[in-house]
Formats: sequence, C-alpha cells, structure tokens
Amino acid sequence: MRQADDQQRPQDAAVASGGSATALPIAIRQLSKAYGAVPVLNDIDLDVRPGEFLTLLGPSGSGKTTLLMAIAGFLRPDKGSIRFGEREVVRLAPHKREIGMVFQNYALFPHMDVARNIGFPLRLRRMPAGEIARRVEAALDMFQLGGFGGRRIDQLSGGQRQRVALARAIVFEPRIILMDEPLSALDKQLRERMQIELRQLHERLGTTTVYVTHDQREALTMSDRIAILDRGRIARIDTPRAIYDDPGSRFVAEFIGESSFLDVEIADGVARAGSAIVRARDLPTKRGRYAMVLRPERLRLLGPGDGDGMNCFDGHITGVVYQGDTLLLQAALGDGSPVSLRLTTNGGGAPLPSPGAPVRIGIAVADTVLLPDEARGAL
Amino acid sequence: MSAADAYDPSGPARDFHAAALRRDQWRERMGLAGLAAPALLLVTVTLLVPVGWLFGLSFLDDSGAFSLEHYRRMLSEPSYARTFITTFEISLATTLICILLGYPLAYFLSQLPRRAANLCMIAVLLPFWTSLLVRTYAWLVLLQRSGLINTWGIKLGLWSEPLQLVHNAGGTLIGMVHIMLPFMVLPLYGTMRAIDGNLLRAAASLGSTPVHGFWTVFFPLSLPGLAAGASLVFVLCLGFYVTPAMLGGGKVTMVSNRIANDIELFFNWGAASALGVVLLVITLMVLVLAARLSRGAGPFGAGQGS
Repeated sequence: MRQADDQQRPQDAAVASGGSATALPIAIRQLSKAYGAVPVLNDIDLDVRPGEFLTLLGPSGSGKTTLLMAIAGFLRPDKGSIRFGEREVVRLAPHKREIGMVFQNYALFPHMDVARNIGFPLRLRRMPAGEIARRVEAALDMFQLGGFGGRRIDQLSGGQRQRVALARAIVFEPRIILMDEPLSALDKQLRERMQIELRQLHERLGTTTVYVTHDQREALTMSDRIAILDRGRIARIDTPRAIYDDPGSRFVAEFIGESSFLDVEIADGVARAGSAIVRARDLPTKRGRYAMVLRPERLRLLGPGDGDGMNCFDGHITGVVYQGDTLLLQAALGDGSPVSLRLTTNGGGAPLPSPGAPVRIGIAVADTVLLPDEARGAL
Repeated sequence: MSAADAYDPSGPARDFHAAALRRDQWRERMGLAGLAAPALLLVTVTLLVPVGWLFGLSFLDDSGAFSLEHYRRMLSEPSYARTFITTFEISLATTLICILLGYPLAYFLSQLPRRAANLCMIAVLLPFWTSLLVRTYAWLVLLQRSGLINTWGIKLGLWSEPLQLVHNAGGTLIGMVHIMLPFMVLPLYGTMRAIDGNLLRAAASLGSTPVHGFWTVFFPLSLPGLAAGASLVFVLCLGFYVTPAMLGGGKVTMVSNRIANDIELFFNWGAASALGVVLLVITLMVLVLAARLSRGAGPFGAGQGS
C-alpha cells in the first residue's frame, strides 16, 4: 500500500545530525476561515522569515491553532494564500507539504516502538534500511534517547515522549517545523528545561519554526518574534522585548506579563493621573483617556528623598505575599487603584512591610508607557 | 482507650488502630463481595451446575454406566464431522461477511461528528429491539419462492423463474449476517472512536498519503476491535440455532440443530450432551485464541492493543 513520493528530495543526502537545508520563509496573505458566521481567521497577513522561531500567542479561541492547522494543511481556509518559499501550498495536501509537526499530545504511534516511530518518515521516503537505522540512531543520540529504540511508547515518561515526537518531526529534515503547544502536558520544571532545549535545537538546525502556545512566558523565553492573536487577527507582531516594553495596546499589555493599569488623562499636552502629573518616555500628544502600564517588577518602593526621574504615587500596603525568591506587595494608591510590586527578597531576617503601612511607589519615567484606553474609548 | 490514644512512640501501643483499620478494610472488601454475590449465585445455579450436569451426562450410556460411547460415535460417524465442518463454514462465512460490511460502516460512523454517529448507531442497534424470531420470519417472507424479492424481481424482469433464496446455505447466511452485524459494528466502532485523530494527522505530516496512513496507522490500531467483533460473531454463530433451523430448511445442519434433533427426535441426552461439550470446548479455544491475537483485550474490550 505504499505510495511513491510525489517529489524527489535532493536534501535526502544530508544527515539528521548534519547541517540543515536552506530555511524556507512562509508568506501568508489574507487568510480567512469562518465557521458559519463566526470568523476564526480574519484576513491574516503574516510573514515568517527564513530560519525564524515565530510564536503564535493568544488566548483560547484567538485562532492560533486554526492558523497553525491551516499552515500544516489540516484545515482548508475559505480564502487566502500560503506560500512556502516560492511555492503556493494553500491547496496542497498535508502529506505533500514537507513539514515536521509536533502535536500537543505527541501523537506517537502506540503500535510502533520508538525506533519505528522515528523511522516512519524515512521508510516513507524509501530510504535503504541501513541508512534509516543510522539516522534513527543519530536522532536517538541527539535527543539523549540512546538505547530507547526498542521501547514501547507507553513505557516512556512524558519528557521522553516529547523527545521522540521531536526526533520524528525533524529526522527527515523538513524545512518548516510546526509545534502545537508541545510542552503543555509537561510539569513546570520539565517544561522550563524543554524550552531551553527546544531553543537550542532551533539554533542548531536553523529551521523555520512556527510555535503555538497560550503561555506568554514560554513565548517570551523561546521566540525570535511573537505574533499575538486576538479574535482571528494579529494584534501585534514583534520581538519579545519590544512587545513587553511597549505593548502598544491594552489587550497586549494584559496578555503579556502581569500589569496593573492606572487611568491617565491627557489634556493640553499634560498627562494627569488624578491630580498627579505623569511624565512618560513618549508622551502621546492626542488628548483623551489613557492607561498607564504598571509592571510589578518595574515599580519601586521609595524612601524619603528618592524619586528623581520617577513618577511617584502615595498609597498603602494591602497585602504581602512571600514567594521565596520574590516578594509580592499589593498596594492601593491614593485613589484606591490596586497595584502590585515585585521585589527581590533579601536574607538576614529583614522585617517585611506590613499591611496598612503607608508607602511611596515610583516608576521610572523611562519605563512609563501610556496606552490608548480601548475599554473607555480613547481619542 | 486512654493509654492507646496517648502518643508514646516508645510505648507498647505503637500500632495505633492497626487492628481496627485492618478490620475496616476487610469489611469493605466483604461489602463489595456481597454486591457480587447474587450474580455469582445466579451464574452458579443457571450455568455452572447445568453445564457440569451435561458434562456428566455425556459420559453415561443408556444404562447409566460410564462410557465414552457418545464421543466414540462422534469420531466414527462421518455425519458428525460434516455437521462440525458445516458449522465452521457457516460461522466463518458469516464472520467474514460481517467484517466486510461492518468495518467500512464502523469506520464511517467513527469519522462522523458524535451526534450524527449516535443517531446512526440507533439505526444499527434498532434490530436488537425486535425479536430474533420476528426478524428471521421476516427474512422468510422476503426470500421465499413467492416472497417479496422473487415477485419484484420477476415483475421487473430481472429473472423469470423464482430463485431459491431460502432453505439453503445462502438464505441462512443472509439471516445470520443481518442478526450478527451489530455485534461486529459495536466493538469496532468503540475501538475506532478511541483512535486519536492526531495520529493520522501526524502520519500525513510525515509524508503519508491518506491510504498509506490508514493501513500503517489506523488499521493496526483498529485490530483489537476487529478481533473482538470477529470472535464475538464467530462464537455466537457456532451455537446459533433459530436462524439456521428456519432459513436452512433442514439442508443446513449446524451443531445446535443436531443437538435439538438428538433430544427432540431420539431422546438421546447423552449424545446431545457430548455435542454440547465439544462445542463448548471449541468455543473456549476460539476465545482464548482471539484473546491472544488481540493481546489482552477481551471479547468486549475496546482497548487499544499496545
């Protein structure tokens, strides 16, 4: 029942452990998909650069998995174009797209052992048995799975399954790798280790990678760029740092990192939060209501005399949470707005602040970002 | 009381409540066993005792003395061998036809959205709600010489003489397949539903055509269900009585028909018992073999063999 491959693959000559074939860019234009009257993808334009690690990040229902499935070919869009390099693939069957895919639940074949799982794409490409064995062996070594070739899938731990799934997805040297929340089933420690490993793997292979997650920290840790999806549109696409430091919209600020917001009103070129004047790195000129982003780790507790180059607010402490490495302080500002501060803890038994104590909180003007307040209809 | 309740790690009362906790556990187990007791009793009275009694009868001759006469006759008389061969042929043919019809049906159902699949499943199960006898009579009405199919066939000019559709092996097969099909579809459907759709997606992403993915991934994973359905149908066929008796018209003698003859015509309980014992042994052997093949999944098991 084997079917001949539709294309010859010149890169077959390369070896799993060796250098990768040239990375392919992905160009998506006006991609749309609706279920009934509900649009899931709304005229998506997206360019994934060759060799880039791009993360699709968004809450559930934002369309990130739908978009990934459309790239993989498992979902037929209503319209639009997807190109891998020069090649239009929007109507191409998934098995002809030459993508390595890692699924959330790994999707390892339970009736095959580890080696046969990894060898599956190689057997499909009618590689000689010796060559397959060699490549499978190399892949096993690469993922610290040496000696596991004969294991059944149900004998593996979650982390090992994850590695087998990765090995299977890259062993045939696809020029594009897609991953659908591949780490979500692992416990926190393993997940954090795998994030680093995946990132290192990507640096070694240099394969264009599209990664889906709903975990903003994971996205920040791993990505070259992050595309944040909101209701079937791309709300923002940029590097992790650019997005974190200047979210651009309240939706993005709420989604990436923790933050509290403070209402700010700009009139006549002056920004006021209540009666206090607020300075910012780039003060918007347009009058209207804005939200000031207060990241917990960018806030400082000020002593008397501090506060140069800072916006300062008076308030009092409402809660103290000791978290080992950090101390989370909850405070209410003068007008009652709640804010959180994250401070590093010190040893030495220094006394913790107590609830009710008055505090002065500051944020550097350089860290102060004002966003148009969509919720209140800025302008 | 007071001495045992005080915590004293070095004292004599270190196994706090150990005896009482053991007693509680024992009581809990007895409670569970008690729940199973009525069913166990019923099985013993209605199954084990009669089967044991038959087993004993099969070793007695007419005078009531121990003898292997009935078994010896089964080996020496070729008609018995023919009966067993017929039984196996009909059962095997029914099972194969059920596989050919049931596998694609179960596959189709497993790919439907769950609501639609449930509706279709009702259609599959509908025959279960009608008496076996009624369904078999219905086939008789449809298939006989002056039946619906022959009348229409001749009216439409498809054939000119009434076809012999019933009172032969063909008629028996039609009726048996109809009655057995749900037993094939149910375990198959359960197994197929449990196959993760991402496995086929994964196969496709790795370069597998849909046909290749089906044969290398889906089909092997559906085998436990196929083994369960096939063994269920085959075993049920081995002991099937009503349909072969009515649609076979005396030309298709299965073991169960022979047992009935031995009792109703010849009042030979020993011979009938011996046939019953042999059939039971063969059935058990088939079940064991099927369980081996499906690697642990029982006849009703829809588990994924690993």
